[in-house]
Amino acid sequence: MSTDSVETHQAGETGEINGTVDESERTDEPMEFGLAGLRAGFIACVPVALGVAGYGVAFGVLARQVGLTTAEAVLMSATVLAGAAQIVAVELWEPSIPAAAIIVTTFIVNLRYVLMGAALRPWFSRLPPLQAYGSVFFTADENWALTMGHLRSGGRQGAYLLGSGLAIWMFWVAATWVGAVGGGVIGEPSSYGLDFILVAVFIVIALSLWEGRSSLLPWAVAGAVAVACAQFLPGRWYILLGGIAGCLVEVGRFDE
Amino acid sequence: MSELRPVVVAVIFGMALVTYITKASGLWLLGRINLSERLEAGLQILPGAIIVSILAPELVSGGPAELAAGGVVLVVAWRTDNVLLALGCGVGAVLLFRSLG
Repeated sequence: MSTDSVETHQAGETGEINGTVDESERTDEPMEFGLAGLRAGFIACVPVALGVAGYGVAFGVLARQVGLTTAEAVLMSATVLAGAAQIVAVELWEPSIPAAAIIVTTFIVNLRYVLMGAALRPWFSRLPPLQAYGSVFFTADENWALTMGHLRSGGRQGAYLLGSGLAIWMFWVAATWVGAVGGGVIGEPSSYGLDFILVAVFIVIALSLWEGRSSLLPWAVAGAVAVACAQFLPGRWYILLGGIAGCLVEVGRFDE
Repeated sequence: MSELRPVVVAVIFGMALVTYITKASGLWLLGRINLSERLEAGLQILPGAIIVSILAPELVSGGPAELAAGGVVLVVAWRTDNVLLALGCGVGAVLLFRSLG
């Protein structure tokens, strides 16, 4: 990934009109894609990646508990690179491996990335496809937010997402390995209270996703539907049904 | 100990593929289709709603020790923003509360 080309699509010469938002906003300057952006993104993201590593350790421990090997846990972190979805997948994991439920749920949990990719479009649509579509593999919540901050404040480093994403990726993969190796030496999980980690991780993730009172109604509906469906339906489909119910509430009440 | 089983690798690659599709389709698809703000709000709420859907039945069926320890995790995570500290306190709390029960 060492492309130093500077892409200069011809774009409208109309400058920005103080804050007025236009469809073609901020697409009038050429983007750069080089080592400078890669480095800037990486350095800015290291402190954030340290926080992500906490989840990585927890994921590694949990993955070993449900029967994944260390190599499999590390492979998942390296190729999927989606924290919440991976931890949800581990929650669904059983010796029989319910592949359909795991993959469908992963997709649904990650649907928000569609929005995040869309937000990058004004800038990334002007990079060559290999750079743009290679970089988005490294999208995670944290480095996406950093990259949007960089671009919205006038930065033009196309490699910022890749650089910050590499920081996340390295810490995430390394932390998974640490957790998996550490989790592997632990015997019976419940005698150390480790059977509780999964619930604890989800509580921490939920807290990080809480957006104030507006989250209350959709979350309450999701929880209630999940509890009801868990009573009457086999398997783990209550998770998706609860999530979709919460989503429908949000869609239904929009622009109230 | 550290082997890769073909079935597991296949599931992992399936997860990787659908995840990449979500990450790339915002760039690709949205140039061609317009998402309404209403739908965007719905997609935004999905991860939280799914996490709550996992948690709620667990907490409802859990005992008082698990509920109380869940409260400890919540408070520590909220106050310190430290993931590992919150998890460590939660595990300690659940052991303590279980031994009391």
